[in-house]
Amino acid sequence: MMKPLLLLASFLLLAGCGSSGTWGWYVINPTTASGWTNIKFLVSGMGQTILISVIAAAISIVLGLIVALPGQSSKRGWRFVNRVYVEFIRSIPLLPMLFWVFYGLPIVFKSMGLNIPIDPFWGAIITLAISDSAFTAEIYRSGIQSIARGQKEAAQTIGLSYGQTMRYVILPQAVRRILPPLANQFIYIVKMSAFASVIGMQELTRRANELVVTEYRPLEIYTLLIVEYLVLVLIISAGVRWLERKMGSDERV
Amino acid sequence: MAQPSIELVDVNKWFGTFHVLKDINLSVNAGEKVVICGPSGSGKSTVVRCINRLEEHQKGVIRLEGRELTNDAASIASIQGEVGMVFQQFNLFPHLSVLENLVLGPMKARGLSREVAEKRARHYLERVRIPDQAEKKPAQLSGGQQQRVAIARSLCMEPKVLLFDEPTSALDPEMISEVLDVMVELAQEGMTMVVVTHEMGFARKVADKMVFMDEGEIVEQAAPEAFFGNPQTERCRKFLSQILQH
Repeated sequence: MMKPLLLLASFLLLAGCGSSGTWGWYVINPTTASGWTNIKFLVSGMGQTILISVIAAAISIVLGLIVALPGQSSKRGWRFVNRVYVEFIRSIPLLPMLFWVFYGLPIVFKSMGLNIPIDPFWGAIITLAISDSAFTAEIYRSGIQSIARGQKEAAQTIGLSYGQTMRYVILPQAVRRILPPLANQFIYIVKMSAFASVIGMQELTRRANELVVTEYRPLEIYTLLIVEYLVLVLIISAGVRWLERKMGSDERV
Repeated sequence: MAQPSIELVDVNKWFGTFHVLKDINLSVNAGEKVVICGPSGSGKSTVVRCINRLEEHQKGVIRLEGRELTNDAASIASIQGEVGMVFQQFNLFPHLSVLENLVLGPMKARGLSREVAEKRARHYLERVRIPDQAEKKPAQLSGGQQQRVAIARSLCMEPKVLLFDEPTSALDPEMISEVLDVMVELAQEGMTMVVVTHEMGFARKVADKMVFMDEGEIVEQAAPEAFFGNPQTERCRKFLSQILQH
């Protein structure tokens, strides 16, 4: 299994070192001044990728809970609101939603007499957060439902209100089951943030696109781009695993 | 005559098309102990769950201290907390220590200070004879201890009525008596109790009234001597002979 992969990898690398011209690693060769400048240019998008992902995830976590709670209601109307939101948002592909928010939403605002410009930064965050919130809402739903009904009943019989039951009894228990999948969902946001490049957000993918235009070395530059995402996601994954271990170990103590 | 503590008049309930409670009439006076027994699926748990509004009845009237149970949220909230409930599965909050389990209701629902709530909690932990487990998590206790904590948690709300839904059915045999002992003490102190149980020894000792249910109906209602000594119906006789031969 490993052998052909290694062969392929070494072939690709060697091909780049040769003069046959298919690969041109020089564009991102850190030992040359121009290569190092290019690398710095590419990696400098990392901050924005992380920033929009973190802000979007934070909004999505709050929004997802707000969407999830009516889904737990005994009233059919509330559950309907939840289902419509989740099904509707979940079925919109990210890119069209991004266009709609970035190009369309300002027009909606204007028609309402509001002058709210949407820059690429907030356009990306709003889109990522809303799109993701349908999924976080479902994560909350399964987390809350996994808490036995008896817990809610016990809380009722000691006079707790709905809000108090959620806050002191259900959510503290649900959070242990919710956190690991929420953290996983963060990986999804990081990857989807690449779409922000198309509305001009200066993040990892945008940087790569811009450099490709000037250097015309798509293979090498996009390879590095993929490695950048890979490293980012691997770091987050390690964090998720650490979190899961921590959550799992003190489940009952 | 004083008004009964709990009064059910022609109560009916359906789960979908299944008629779980049929014309239930029951009245429990203050300080009275009522034991409800019957085969599984007879609706006995549903009766107690209707009394504290964990379930809704569709027809008939349930009154607590003369106030009718309605769907009004405020009325439900005021009832829950005044009517304590002990569950078969204990339903302690696993993420909280024993003490936190006990002070939660008094502090959040009753607005007591932590100091007062903790004092009360420790008082009732002593009553159920586990004063030294306050800092532990429920999972670190035995089943019998957990159920006694659950009883203490109900008592911390100082309820007017205490309902028990098969409180010993999930316990290992050797732990049943420690829970029943606590319940007998409560009964002797004058607590109004409605107990769904198959523990007929306990019933004989404390019950003022026995209720036998089958297929959603109250088939027999009598004082314990008459109930055990001379059951009026074949169904009740058969049930008693089945559970008493062990």
